[in-house]
Amino acid sequence: MKKRLIIIPAYNEEKNLGKVIKEIRKYDRKSDIAVVDDGSIDKTGLMAEKLGVILLSHKNNLGYGAALQTGFKFGVKRKYSFMLQMDADYQHKASFIPRFFKEIEKGKYDVIIGSRLLEKSGYKIPALRKAGMILFGKITSIIIGKRITDPTSGFRVVNRKVAKLHASDIYPTDFPDSDVIIMLNFAGAKIKEIPVTMRSSNKKKSMHGGFKPVYYIFKMFFSIFLTLFRRRERLYD
Amino acid sequence: MTERQQFFALIMGGLIFLAIVELVRRRKLKEEYTWLWLLTGVIIFLLVIWYDFLRFVTFMIGARIETSALFIFGLLFLILINLWFSVKISSLQDRVKNLMQEIAIMKYKKTAKKKTKRRKGKK
Repeated sequence: MKKRLIIIPAYNEEKNLGKVIKEIRKYDRKSDIAVVDDGSIDKTGLMAEKLGVILLSHKNNLGYGAALQTGFKFGVKRKYSFMLQMDADYQHKASFIPRFFKEIEKGKYDVIIGSRLLEKSGYKIPALRKAGMILFGKITSIIIGKRITDPTSGFRVVNRKVAKLHASDIYPTDFPDSDVIIMLNFAGAKIKEIPVTMRSSNKKKSMHGGFKPVYYIFKMFFSIFLTLFRRRERLYD
Repeated sequence: MTERQQFFALIMGGLIFLAIVELVRRRKLKEEYTWLWLLTGVIIFLLVIWYDFLRFVTFMIGARIETSALFIFGLLFLILINLWFSVKISSLQDRVKNLMQEIAIMKYKKTAKKKTKRRKGKK
C-alpha cells in the first residue's frame, strides 16, 4: 500500500482546524494528516495535538510557502508516495480528496491541481483576484503550452518526485503559484487540473489570502521571468 | 578642496578606521565584514592626501567640483554595501527557515518516540 500524506499549513486556525480534520476523516481514512503550525499565536498547535494528527510546529511565523515546504520535507523523509496540500481555513472541500488520490495513483500525472475555473460553479471570487488568476493562468498556459486555469489553487496533490523538488532549496517559499507550475513543467512533470468547488473563506485574512496584491503581482512576474532563465531541474533522466 | 575640508575628511577617515578596529577588537564586528569598511577609510585618506588623483577622477566622471565626485562615490559605496547586506540577509533568512523546519520535524520525532514509549510502558 502506497503511503499518502495530507499537508495542512495552518496559521491561527484553531476555529477551523477541527472542522477540516473531521471532514477529511469522513472522506479519507487511509491518509496520514500533518498540520504545520506556522507559529500561530492561538491554540492551533494544541488543537492539532488533540485531534491526534501529526503536528509540525514552527517556533515563528515563516509564511505559507515555508510551512508547506516543512510538510513536504517531512513527507519526503518519511517516504510518503503521494502528498496532498490543502488549506486550513475550511475553504477546500475534503470530499474531493479521494478523486485527487485516484487521479495521481494512476501514475499518468505527477501533479494534480484542483481548479475553481475549469467548470462553472457558484463559487464567488473577488473581481481583482479573479482577474489575477485569469492573467497568471494565461501566462502560465502560454509558457508551458498547456491550459492552466487556476494557478493560485492551493488544493493539489503531488507524487514523491515532485515533493522532493518542493523540499529542496529551489522551491520559492513566498507565494509558490505560477512559478512553481512553470518550474515543474520545465522539469518534465506532467500536470493535470481537475474541477473542484470551494467554500468562500470565512476568515478576513487567511494565510493564503492575506497577501499584499501589489507585491504578489510584482513577485510573480519577476519569478516567472527568472524561472525562464534558471538552470532546469529534471524529474526524469 | 580647502584646507578645512581636507582636515575634516582626514579626521572622518581616521575616525572610521579607529571605530572599525575597535569593533573588531571587541568582537562586535566580524573580520569578514571589515575589509569593505577599512577600504573606505583608506580611500578617503588617499583622496585627501593625493589631491591630483581626486581631480583626475572628477574629470573622468564629468563632475564639476571634487566634492561632487566624493559625494557620488560615497553614495555608490552605500548602495553597494546595502546590496551586499541584502544578499547576506537573504542567505541568513534561508538558513533560519531551514533550521526551523528541521527543528519542527525533529520535535515531532521526539514526541512520537515518547508516545510510543508510554504506550509500551502501559502494556
